[in-house]
Amino acid sequence: MTGGISRRLYGPRGWAILALFSVAVFVVLPILHLSVPGDSPFHVSSYWVALGGKIMCYAIVAVAMDLIWGYAGILSLGHGLFFALGGYAFGMYLMRQIGSDGQYRQPMPDFMVFLDWKEFPWQWWNSDSFWWCAMLVIVVPGLLAFVFGYFAFRSRVKGVYFSIITQALTFAAMLLFFRNATGFGGNNGFTDFRRILDIPIATPQTRTVLFAVTGATLIGTLLLARWLTTSRFGRVLAAIRDAEQRVMFCGYDTVHYKLFVWTLSAVICGIAGALYVPQVGIINPSEMSPANSIEIAIWVAIGGRGSLVGAILGAGLVNGAKSFFTQTFPEYWLYALGLIFILVTLFLPQGVMGLLNRKKP
Amino acid sequence: MRILLIGLWLFASSALALDAATVGKLGFGDGDEKIAAIAALVAEGDVAALALLQAAANGELQTSGKLVLVVKGDEAVDAATGAKVSPPPADAEEVILNNRIRREIEGAVAALKLISPDRAARLAAAKELTGNADEAMLPLINKALAREADPEVKQLLELTQATLELKTGTKESRIAAVRTLGLSTNPNTKMLLLGILEKSKEGSYAEPDEDIRAEAQKSLRALEGRLAWGERAGVLFTSVSLGSILLLAALGLAITYGLMGVINMAHGELIMVGAYTTYVVQNTFKGQFFDWYLLAAVPASFVVAAAVGMALERLVIRWLYGRPLETLLATWGISLMLIQTVRTIFGAQNVQVENPAFMSGGVEILTGVVMPWSRIVIICFAGAVLIGMWLLLTKTRLGLFVRGVTQNRAMASCVGVPTARVDTWAFGLGCGIAGLAGCALSQIGNVGPDLGQSYIVDSFMVVVLGGVGQLAGTVYAALGLGFANKLLEAWQGAVLAKIAVLVFIIFFIQKRPQGMFALKGRALDA
Repeated sequence: MTGGISRRLYGPRGWAILALFSVAVFVVLPILHLSVPGDSPFHVSSYWVALGGKIMCYAIVAVAMDLIWGYAGILSLGHGLFFALGGYAFGMYLMRQIGSDGQYRQPMPDFMVFLDWKEFPWQWWNSDSFWWCAMLVIVVPGLLAFVFGYFAFRSRVKGVYFSIITQALTFAAMLLFFRNATGFGGNNGFTDFRRILDIPIATPQTRTVLFAVTGATLIGTLLLARWLTTSRFGRVLAAIRDAEQRVMFCGYDTVHYKLFVWTLSAVICGIAGALYVPQVGIINPSEMSPANSIEIAIWVAIGGRGSLVGAILGAGLVNGAKSFFTQTFPEYWLYALGLIFILVTLFLPQGVMGLLNRKKP
Repeated sequence: MRILLIGLWLFASSALALDAATVGKLGFGDGDEKIAAIAALVAEGDVAALALLQAAANGELQTSGKLVLVVKGDEAVDAATGAKVSPPPADAEEVILNNRIRREIEGAVAALKLISPDRAARLAAAKELTGNADEAMLPLINKALAREADPEVKQLLELTQATLELKTGTKESRIAAVRTLGLSTNPNTKMLLLGILEKSKEGSYAEPDEDIRAEAQKSLRALEGRLAWGERAGVLFTSVSLGSILLLAALGLAITYGLMGVINMAHGELIMVGAYTTYVVQNTFKGQFFDWYLLAAVPASFVVAAAVGMALERLVIRWLYGRPLETLLATWGISLMLIQTVRTIFGAQNVQVENPAFMSGGVEILTGVVMPWSRIVIICFAGAVLIGMWLLLTKTRLGLFVRGVTQNRAMASCVGVPTARVDTWAFGLGCGIAGLAGCALSQIGNVGPDLGQSYIVDSFMVVVLGGVGQLAGTVYAALGLGFANKLLEAWQGAVLAKIAVLVFIIFFIQKRPQGMFALKGRALDA
């Protein structure tokens, strides 16, 4: 039976690539980072580990986006919000882990001391518990997505309208988080983390573990999404994308299908956000800016919608290019990104995966 | 007219001469005597006293023998008689003024300006006196009030007089003063009246007299009523102002999105293009005709933005009709490139766009409630653009074509409407109106590369709320959002108001996915 599922998910070539990727993430990179001495040309510095971890987080988001956009045809401009919510939920825990090592040497996070708050606001209840915050990472984006999606899909808001109101939602949330009174550090957000699970966060060992956990999550997300989309459920989703009316007339309640995949996508984003924060070391409201959410869409578009692997590829390509450009030609990055948006939509509707597949036969 | 004549006569009669003893004290007396002389001059309250004190403040006062002289350049004048002394005596010495006396003189000059023949100077002096006059000035203020003819200055003076009267006067004059205060529109007088009614912890009132307290109570109520109206008028004005700005920003979108169904995420950047065009036109007009630069900037910003828009339509958007989500992404890419282009040309910093002279300043309807001219002009401008667009859409051939293509593209094409060209023109029109919005926005806000980003969410909200394909919906939605924003803002602060409005729209869309004014059809997939 397991053989059946594995065959359904990917062919031998696919599994081979996945295995190669796993070896790289779980074996090669940790060795190069931890065991190879710093002056060796094969040493991978912590900068590259952090960058790789960050891009893998983005790749997880891209898979989540592909699930909802590529397979259900719903373009969300709010995935940056779910990502940031997961990040903030886990960031709370990391802030509590700083303990009294902050600049003010007090048990409260620095920004609260600065605002002269005497006790934690209600949002911070139990935030010193790892498991509680890990649960929030899943529940908060999931619940928000569920409630929002329930109302939106039930009243058949779709297409561009849906995109625009998700953007409005994200924009509203960004304004909310920019306020100091919201209790999440205002426009500075959370930063300056010291420990995770009482282990110092900036050591090579911790970085490597976080990197590997992110890699495992990415692989898990990909397999889950692949399993979902190749199942009967996935076929109904694709049918909804292509002709929702007909699916409804066949007796399916499309609201349930869309709501499930929408909520799942949001939860995955939240997890990605939670993995992102300890590796990048900062989370602030600008993660929720509408521009970030639209960029997620372009990762998926450039890789090729409805192919999952394409989304990962796209996230890697765009963010790799971004790191390159912002370091060498910072003033040209927006031109490059803008051009990517235009050229991909005009000439590459199937993305890079479309190119690769066309060459094969 | 008669009052004016009397005023002139008073000036004429008092301008002749000053009391020689007072002037002598000012010139030769010690510190206290000088201050007494200044007080006497203020009490005299006429133009000659003002001139003398101003001369003293400027260091033009000199003494020679028994004479006190005002020396200006090569001319010397006897300060007491006004007679010319020529040539100026060689042994003249400057009158030394220490800081304390200097301060006294400055205060006296400010007070004496109340009787200056220039209305603007009197108004400024009266304004300065409100709130920081002291009792010694009361006689002067009474005197100034008696000859004042201008209602605005008079009102301000009456207020100051009442404030002083309240501190020092008899019971009758104080009751009268409290009544006068009740007629004011100045928020500061409210504090004054509240001070009268204040009750200490032991239960005794700050004001022992019951009649005065009762009168103050009445005045306070009247004043509060008037202040509340002022505030309401202020909120109404800012709401209409915000509504007109939203309307301008969204009108172009109502064409490109509402009528043509193109999701133009670069709309905000076209607003920015309009604003920068205004900036460029302003720079070419530096100098003599600066006040008229808007006459050129309005059409220029329309044409430039429209040209950019038409080019975009031809190059990019044309290939994406019928694929709204792809259009969204492509136009977002365009917006990024436009932002970077502007940054490269003009720099990342905000640029300075100045108002022409006729748009600076404003109308003060009540103390503290000012309607800036720039905003009034923009409200009118938004109305004009709206009317122009309505005429264009309903009365011209292009408008007919646009509406035809919107309603039924295939049929319009069949009867010979060049739909492709109509698309280009309509898109250009929508973008041109965005440029006009940018021109207007440059008059009241910052002009920078990120200008458009801050308007894009708002303008989409307006169009989505108003409903697609209807100008009326856009108008109602813009004004409605303006009001909702400002009313909530007065109650909960700007950020929460904005969030509340966005959340409200999100819920509203759930209820009426097609907006307030939907075109009714029977298609399942509207």
